[in-house]
Amino acid sequence: MTDSKYFTTTKKGEIFELKSELNNDKKEKKKEAVKKVIASMTVGKDVSALFPDVVNCMQTDNLELKKLVYLYLMNYAKSQPDMAIMAVNTFVKDCEDPNPLIRALAVRTMGCIRVDKITEYLCEPLRKCLKDEDPYVRKTAAVCVAKLYDISSGLVEDQGFLEQLKELLSDSNPMVVANAVAALSEINESSPTGQPLVELNHATINKLLTALNECTEWGQVFILDSLSNYNPKDEREAQSICERITPRLAHANAAVVLSAVKVLMKMMEILAGDTEFCGTLSKKLAPPLVTLLSSEPEVQYVALRNINLIVQKKPDILKHEMKVFFVKYNDPIYVKLEKLDIMIRLASQANIAQVLSELKEYATEVDVDFVRKAVRAIGRCAIKVEPSAERCVSTLLDLIQTKVNYVVQEAIVVIKDIFRKYPNKYESIISTLCENLDTLDEPEARASMVWIIGEYAERIDNADELLDSFLEGFADENAQVQLQLLTAVVKLFLKRPAHTQALVQHVLSLATQDSDNPDLRDRGFIYWRLLSTDPAAAKEVVLADKPLISEETDLLEPTLLDELICHISSLASVYHKPPTAFVEGRSAGIRKTLPARQGSVEEAANQEATVIPNQESLIGDLLSMDIGSAVPPAQPQAPPTSNVDLLGGGLDVLLGGPPDLGGGVAPSTTGLLGDIFGLSSAPTMHTPPKTCWLPADKGKGMEIMGTFSRRNGQITMDLSFTNKAMQAMSGFAIQFNKNSFGIAPAAPMNMGALQPGQTLEYNLPLNTNGPVQRMEPLTTLQVAVKNNVDVFYYACQVPIQVLFIEDGTLDKRVFLTTWRDIPSANEVQYTINDIKGNADSVSAKMTHNNIFTIAKRNVEGQDMLYQSLKLTNNIWVLLELKLQPGVSHATLSLKSRSVEVAPYVFQAYDAVVKNC
Amino acid sequence: MIGGLFVYNHKGEVLISRVYRDDIGRNAVDAFRVNVIHARQQVRSPVTNIARTSFFHIKRANIWIAAVTKQNVNAAMVFEFLLKIIEVMQSYFGKISEENIKNNFVLIYELLDEILDFGYPQNTDTGVLKTFITQQGIKSATKEEQAQITSQVTGQIGWRREGIKYRRNELFLDVLEYVNLLMSPQGQVLSAHVAGKVVMKSYLSGMPECKFGINDKIVMEAKGKGGLGSTSDTDQTRSGKPVVVIDDCQFHQCVKLSKFETEHSISFIPPDGEFELMRYRTTKDISLPFRVIPLVREVGRTKMEVKVVLKSNFKPSLLGQKIEVKIPTPLNTSGVQLICLKGKAKYKASENAIVWKIKRMAGMKETQLSAEIELLETDTKKKWTRPPISMNFEVPFAPSGFKVRYLKVFEPKLNYSDHDVIKWVRYIGRSGLYETRC
Repeated sequence: MTDSKYFTTTKKGEIFELKSELNNDKKEKKKEAVKKVIASMTVGKDVSALFPDVVNCMQTDNLELKKLVYLYLMNYAKSQPDMAIMAVNTFVKDCEDPNPLIRALAVRTMGCIRVDKITEYLCEPLRKCLKDEDPYVRKTAAVCVAKLYDISSGLVEDQGFLEQLKELLSDSNPMVVANAVAALSEINESSPTGQPLVELNHATINKLLTALNECTEWGQVFILDSLSNYNPKDEREAQSICERITPRLAHANAAVVLSAVKVLMKMMEILAGDTEFCGTLSKKLAPPLVTLLSSEPEVQYVALRNINLIVQKKPDILKHEMKVFFVKYNDPIYVKLEKLDIMIRLASQANIAQVLSELKEYATEVDVDFVRKAVRAIGRCAIKVEPSAERCVSTLLDLIQTKVNYVVQEAIVVIKDIFRKYPNKYESIISTLCENLDTLDEPEARASMVWIIGEYAERIDNADELLDSFLEGFADENAQVQLQLLTAVVKLFLKRPAHTQALVQHVLSLATQDSDNPDLRDRGFIYWRLLSTDPAAAKEVVLADKPLISEETDLLEPTLLDELICHISSLASVYHKPPTAFVEGRSAGIRKTLPARQGSVEEAANQEATVIPNQESLIGDLLSMDIGSAVPPAQPQAPPTSNVDLLGGGLDVLLGGPPDLGGGVAPSTTGLLGDIFGLSSAPTMHTPPKTCWLPADKGKGMEIMGTFSRRNGQITMDLSFTNKAMQAMSGFAIQFNKNSFGIAPAAPMNMGALQPGQTLEYNLPLNTNGPVQRMEPLTTLQVAVKNNVDVFYYACQVPIQVLFIEDGTLDKRVFLTTWRDIPSANEVQYTINDIKGNADSVSAKMTHNNIFTIAKRNVEGQDMLYQSLKLTNNIWVLLELKLQPGVSHATLSLKSRSVEVAPYVFQAYDAVVKNC
Repeated sequence: MIGGLFVYNHKGEVLISRVYRDDIGRNAVDAFRVNVIHARQQVRSPVTNIARTSFFHIKRANIWIAAVTKQNVNAAMVFEFLLKIIEVMQSYFGKISEENIKNNFVLIYELLDEILDFGYPQNTDTGVLKTFITQQGIKSATKEEQAQITSQVTGQIGWRREGIKYRRNELFLDVLEYVNLLMSPQGQVLSAHVAGKVVMKSYLSGMPECKFGINDKIVMEAKGKGGLGSTSDTDQTRSGKPVVVIDDCQFHQCVKLSKFETEHSISFIPPDGEFELMRYRTTKDISLPFRVIPLVREVGRTKMEVKVVLKSNFKPSLLGQKIEVKIPTPLNTSGVQLICLKGKAKYKASENAIVWKIKRMAGMKETQLSAEIELLETDTKKKWTRPPISMNFEVPFAPSGFKVRYLKVFEPKLNYSDHDVIKWVRYIGRSGLYETRC
């Protein structure tokens, strides 16, 4: 006899029949009837009408029957609160039963019945059960406190259950401890004030760590998860927690392993100063993470989503483990796609050959999504690993030759990105691309192709015909294709005005007169007006240099990443979204952040910087940047919570990933770290003291002090942010206006929240690949800083010595010929006063600042130093320094083809010579 | 935490539904059916978010098991738990099927009540569960027995009850290894690893303490060193015995992890009966038992020639068994002519593959198969993407070089010693995903 027959009753009058069976005297009949009721309940039939009859069966010695009745009660008590009262007596009685299993069952079930009147009666039995002699009852009661808190938080606090629960943390039985921890964590997270009701302290943490060794796998997860919310009071404690948790990495349960990883990742943040300890710890993390990939596919999926985060936070951990992420033929698609993501993140010069041959293999698979992603990945490799770009491009060309429609389209989208990363390098393949014009039917691929045609219109002989062919169906195109077409035709016109006037007029009229899309109309009108009033300006705007795209456009925003690291193994880490994005109400909990590593402030009050008062003065520039960059909306999707929107088109620059700073150290923190722990070998180059760039009264409470420095060839903007307002500031982003030397942030700003009264140091790495525009004075840099309050603008002076590059030496003969070749009109003289030291010490000091002494002569008791230096934009400056021993002033002659830099070089000399 | 747990058949009909939390309503049951089960192909992740409710699902043999939550739960734990439920159900009533689930629904509800409380997983060890959740419901037990049950459910050694007695103390160790390989057509190893496990069957009296020793590199080096400088980086220790370099290992919950961390010794009190003592992974110096050398030639548009050479690469005295090579054929295959030197080969149209079976094959041997594949003319331009050639086998040794050095048993309270225990050790090497691209 089996139970499946209970599923099959479909007769009419069934309820009535059940009713009579439930009231049957025979126990067996009763049990049969209850089973039928439960079966009906499971498939969704309403059997609430039988409530009194079922409750009548509750008083029984038969545990199985009792459990079934309880199951029924939990389901229907809410809809029949008055009837549910009938059950209270039995519950209370059961809580006194000599059998611990029955006591536990009663208290467990009572907690699940959410009826006020029953809840009142729950308190007394619960209090007793929390002190029960049997651990099985205690562990059930511990969870029941969480249930009660969910029904009535006030009741739990008033009745002192929290204290009782806290006492259970020291229980002798590890499972009781684990359940108590789980209940406490839940209560803390849902506390209405956002403040935890019960704080964990050093002593309880110790107890938890002891219980960790003895309790079930699930209990270990509860304990580890709650440990991850604890902030140790000092490094020693953090270290000892790490040591006691590390053995968990060898547990067979993936949840235990991942929760242990979460705690370790957090502790490593605190212990960041102890590089040796963190290093060994990091090494221990890799093998268990790899092992997770041999678990069931669902667990693998969770592991992979988390590894994706861990690799972004600590790229070094898995850098040698590329092979384990190779896709297996029969992996489920969700595992395949995640593996691909991680492969791209781990791709580096060392393993690129292997990765590429794998990706090429994947591009011939059957699953369309997977193939597309593989093709896209090849493009991403090209952008990320520069030396491999050529091989990637040829692989993509091979794939285009396959003529598989979606492969071709995807390839064209990524090739557009490659063009933007390496301008003027691979344009020879354009003709191959043009052959596939007709097969493109997806908007993104069409838009990319149109962009390519417009961008390289001067090299494509029949660009006008090609664009013209697109225009025929202009009205039917997707909006992004229309926008691209408009821009491309205007570009074409500006490059080859001779025969394209009709075309441009046609497209402008299409865009402005026949379209309902306001974006398209606006862009059309802007172009039209530009072209009709000032074609030269139009050229400057439309054909402006585009900022290079940076390699990792899909990195998570650092603050979000840090938050997600605190949520390793949880749903948030699977979705890559903060809990607030998918959890309702108070149970979303407080926002978690990694423990901060903070620095101190240094004071300097030198009011040299100018604050740009309003935004209007910048508008012209901003506009040109926006349109000029004409980014096809093909960028990989932005992180969901990114609220950075500064200077419009600069968005992709801001979201761009950090550059590879040589050693492969996590770039987001190097600057900060170096500062705090004094790792940097004291900068040998002269760095001016910080000056106030944005006073607090102009920055709505945010004060910015800063200076520029150059260390190991890297220019950095060293900033101190002070929050003098009452509110925390967050969402920082920075952007520079075009400037004389093309200085631009090398990485988006990555700074956490700034609490009131707090000062944070931030070193922003810079490069000189940004757009160039001559400024007056030459070294002026206009900066915009955004936070959650507003956008602020200021201008500062860049000390020119940070732009002197390391390979500024000239051969003696070259120096001589160059010196002679530069006309004397380009020679400027200057006198330096207050020189300390002799020719040799001056020369040595100069070398530290990348001013190189080529030769030294002694003429009539005077020391002549011949020096050269080179600026980032390849301007050579030649100098002759005349020093007289015992005399504190010297004469400096400067020759350069761009003599306008002279005054700034003299300033630099003054600064260097006088700074000892 | 987990808000509810549903079990569906392949049509999406609910077989089991248990709600643990108030925030999960009845509509969640239908939401999953409509958005996941009926959507079939579109769902491409085991985690689905529908209207701020998250569904975790696993599907085994036409049965869907879904956990539902509205909170930010520990996702790895939910999946591990779902897998555990399957394990528990299997140990109670065998195969997971619609019929079995319907037949045992009362039992399943009882189990779900016990192993998940308010969405928090409790003790899920089948051995312990079976002591108090029986198919017939609990028999009236004496007070002592009840106390024993509860202390065991919550106990520090939750996986073993006291008072076990055997006339013959016996234990079996199976070292089971799965060799995974991905090889390029040119014979270059793209990736290879061994996923191994040690399964133990223990029939020991009392509460025996066991100590397990293997030829792990770290342990052997520490032993061989004796205070001298570190040994060189070879796979031989001073004593000349081969060692295995274990990349990572995981243990059953009975193993004292902290002791493993500090002393690198594997000590434990085993559960009674069969369990998985450890799992490990190695990537270095794997001896690959078989090598497949493919040669594919496309002769025009309607013919293909395939030659596959199979080499066995282990001691000639050993025998490989259950050898099966699966050679994929194009979808438009119309006929296949086969010649093989050893075993039987057949073209299976339903699998789009040639299946070549060899019952036994000794080490250091070589054999081959040639096939002529006739193709239908098709107008699809799309090239056939050649899936890799896969193979299955079983060999009587551990391809990683893993060796059991000892397993000592101490039972201080009972009067039997390590020598009285009869011990059996067996090594089996099987194919995992053993593929050669062609």
